[in-house]
Amino acid sequence: MWSRRTFLKASAATAAALASRPAFAANAPGVTDTEIKIGQTMPYSGPASAYGTIGRSEAAYFKMINEQGGVNGRKINLISLDDGYSPPKTVEQTRKLVEQEQVAFIFNSLGTPPNTAIRDYLNDNKVPQLFVATGASKFGDYKRYPWTMGWQPNYRTEGAVFAKHILSSKPNAKIGILYQNDDFGKDYLDSVKETLGDKAASMIVKEVSYEVSEPTVDSQVITLQGSGADTFIIAATPKFAAQALRKAYDTGWKPLEYLTDVSLSIGAVLKPAGLEKCVGTLTANYGKDSTDPKWKDDPGMNAWREFMAKYMPSGDVTDNFNVYGYGVAATLVQVLKQCGADLSRERIMKEAANLKDLELPTLLPGIKINTSPTNYYPIRQMQLERFNGTTWELFGEVLSG
Amino acid sequence: MLNLELASSAEATSGAGFNARRAAMVVLGLIVVGLPFGLSGFRVFQLSQVIIYAIALLGLNLLTGFNGQISLGHGAFFAIGGYSMAILSAKFGVSYWFAIPVAGFLCFGAGFLFGFPALRLGGLYLALATFALALAVPQLLKFKPFDPWTGGVQGLLLSKPAAPLGLPLTRDQWLYFLCLLGAALLFWFSSNLVKSRIGRAMIAIRDHPIAAETMGVDLALVKTTTFGLSAAYVGVAGALSGLTVGFVNPDSFGLFLSLSIVVGIVVGGLGSIWGMVVGALFIEFVPNYADQISDVLGEGAKALPWAIYGVLLILIMYAAPEGAAGAGRSLARHGRRFLPRRESPSRGT
Repeated sequence: MWSRRTFLKASAATAAALASRPAFAANAPGVTDTEIKIGQTMPYSGPASAYGTIGRSEAAYFKMINEQGGVNGRKINLISLDDGYSPPKTVEQTRKLVEQEQVAFIFNSLGTPPNTAIRDYLNDNKVPQLFVATGASKFGDYKRYPWTMGWQPNYRTEGAVFAKHILSSKPNAKIGILYQNDDFGKDYLDSVKETLGDKAASMIVKEVSYEVSEPTVDSQVITLQGSGADTFIIAATPKFAAQALRKAYDTGWKPLEYLTDVSLSIGAVLKPAGLEKCVGTLTANYGKDSTDPKWKDDPGMNAWREFMAKYMPSGDVTDNFNVYGYGVAATLVQVLKQCGADLSRERIMKEAANLKDLELPTLLPGIKINTSPTNYYPIRQMQLERFNGTTWELFGEVLSG
Repeated sequence: MLNLELASSAEATSGAGFNARRAAMVVLGLIVVGLPFGLSGFRVFQLSQVIIYAIALLGLNLLTGFNGQISLGHGAFFAIGGYSMAILSAKFGVSYWFAIPVAGFLCFGAGFLFGFPALRLGGLYLALATFALALAVPQLLKFKPFDPWTGGVQGLLLSKPAAPLGLPLTRDQWLYFLCLLGAALLFWFSSNLVKSRIGRAMIAIRDHPIAAETMGVDLALVKTTTFGLSAAYVGVAGALSGLTVGFVNPDSFGLFLSLSIVVGIVVGGLGSIWGMVVGALFIEFVPNYADQISDVLGEGAKALPWAIYGVLLILIMYAAPEGAAGAGRSLARHGRRFLPRRESPSRGT
C-alpha cells in the first residue's frame, strides 16, 4: 500500500513537472472516474460531541450534491470517523483514512488539539488538511504547513476587528479585557494589542484572566470596573460571558461592551444575563444565525432550510453548527469544481488557495471567501452587530481583520 | 479461586504440556516479530497502540487483579508518563532511552505516594478517590503556572524517533519494536513477580488481608509498593504512547482512558498476565468495529457506536464472566477431557 502511494505521488510530481497542463497529473488516491473519497474525524462521542452534527450536516450536503450529479461527474464520498476529541485517536483514525481507506484528503476535522496532532503527519505526507474546524490562528501558517488551511475567521481576526472599531470610533477609550486563560482567550488579547500598536499600553488599562474551572467571574469584573475602564472586551465562553454582562450592569458600571462571537447566542448568553442588561453590546459576526428572524425570508437561509428538511430531517434547525457544516461543505464543492478533471493533491491544494470572492448563502451579505498561496485564512471579514434588546442589528461596513 | 494463574502455569510446566507450550510460544514470538514487515504503517501503528495498552492493563491488573485495590484513575498516571516523556524530550532534549524509564520512575513515586491515602480507603471509596485523580490531572496539565513545561492547552509535539544504528526499519516499525521490547521486559518481570514471595503476599492481601497480616505480611508496604509499581507500568505505557502518537495534550488523557483501562482488565481477566493482550486488543479494536457496524445501520447512526460497544461488552461478560483468561482456562479444561492418556487430573480450583 505504502509503495503504491509513494509511486502515485512520485508519478504525480513527475507528470506535473513534465506536462505544462496540470490536467494530466495523476489523481490523488481515492479519486476514481465516479468518486472522490475524502475523510475527516469528528467528536461523535465524548465531551465535544455537540459538534458531531457538523459532520452529519456535511455528509447530508454531499448527499444532496451527489443526487444533483456530483462534482464534474464524480460523487463525493465522505468517510467521517469518531475520534472522541482525543488526539491519539485522531492520529489513529486519520492514518486509517489516509493509508487504509486511501482518501484524497482530510476535510474539516474538528478541534484544535486533534488538528495539531495530525498536522505534521499530513504535511510530511503531502496530504491536504483542508478547512480545519477550529478558530485557532495557528492553522493558516502557509510557510511551515503548506498543506493545512483553516476556514472560519480566527479569534485574532475578531480581536483585530474590535480594536479597529475602537480606534476609529472611540480613540480615547480606556479598555478593560476579560479573557479565558487558554489559546482562545490569548489569541484575542494578543490581536487586540497588536492592532492597537503603540497605543496599546496607554489604552488598555487592565487585563484580567479567568480559568474555565472557576465558578464565576464576578471578582474579575469588579477589578476591571475599579480600573476606570469605559470599554469592556469580553473574550469569554458562554457561561462566563453571561456572568460578565450581568455583573457589569448590576454594579452600575455600564461600559461599552465588545462580546466575542463565540458567545453571541441570544438564548445561551444574553437571556441568562438579562436581555435588558445587554442592550448596546457589540459583537462581530460572519454567518447568518438560523434563529434570527431577520433571515426569515432570506433566499440563502431558505435554501438551507429546504436542505435541512429534505436531507437532514432529524437535524436541529436552531443549531448553527448545521449552518456551519453547510457553508464549509459548499466551499469544498467550489474547490473541487475549480479542479476540473485534475484531482491530484497538489491541484486540490492549489485550488483551495485560489478562491476568489466566493460568496455563500449562509454568510452575511458582503462577506467573501478569498484565499491565495500566501493567505490560508479563507474568511477574514466580519461585520459588527449591536444588540437592541431583542436581536442583533448589523451596522457599519464589513471589516477585515 | 485463590490463584488460578499459578495453578495453570504450574501444570503447564510439567511434562509434555511444557514442550507444546514452548513451541507455541516460539511460533507466536516469530509472528509478533514478523508482523510489522507484512503490514501497512497504519496497522503497525495500531499494533503499537495494542502493546502500549497491554502494558497499561498489566499495570492496573497488578493492582486490581492481584492486589484487590480498585483504581478508576490510572489514566492520570498514563498522562504523567506521557508528559514526562514529552517534557524531557521536547524541553530538555533527553533521549527516549532515558526518558521512558524516568517516566516509569516518576510514576512509581507518584503511585507510591498515592498509595498512602489509598491505605485508608477500601473498595468503592478507593474507586472514588482514584476517580478524582483522573478528573484532576487533565485540569492540572492546563494550569497556567505549569504552561512553560506542559504547553498548557496547546500540548507538546514530539518528534518520532528514527531507527538507531542504521537499522532498515521505518519509524512505525521501530516504534513497534521499542514498545515490544518494553512489553517483553515488563511482562517477564510481572510474571516472575506474581510467582514470588512478594506476589504471593499481594494475592494474600487481596484474598484475606487479616490472615495475610497475621502471617507477617507488611500490609502497608506491600499495598503502597504495588500501587507504585502499577503506576510505573502505566507511566511507561503513557511515555510510549506519547512517543508513538507524537503529541500530548490534556485532552489525550481524559476520563475515558481510565475507564478503558478498567474495561480492558476485566475483559482480559482479573489476575491474569497474558489475558491483558486480549484486553488490549479489545479496547483498541472493538470501538472501531462498533463504529463500522453502526455505519452499516445507515446514516444518523453515528450516535450508536457506543451503544453497540456496550452491547458487545455485556455479551462478552455474559459469555466469559472471568474474561479472556477465564474463558481460555475453561476451554483448556474441556479440551483436556477429550485427550487420551492424560494422567494427572486438573487441580480443583
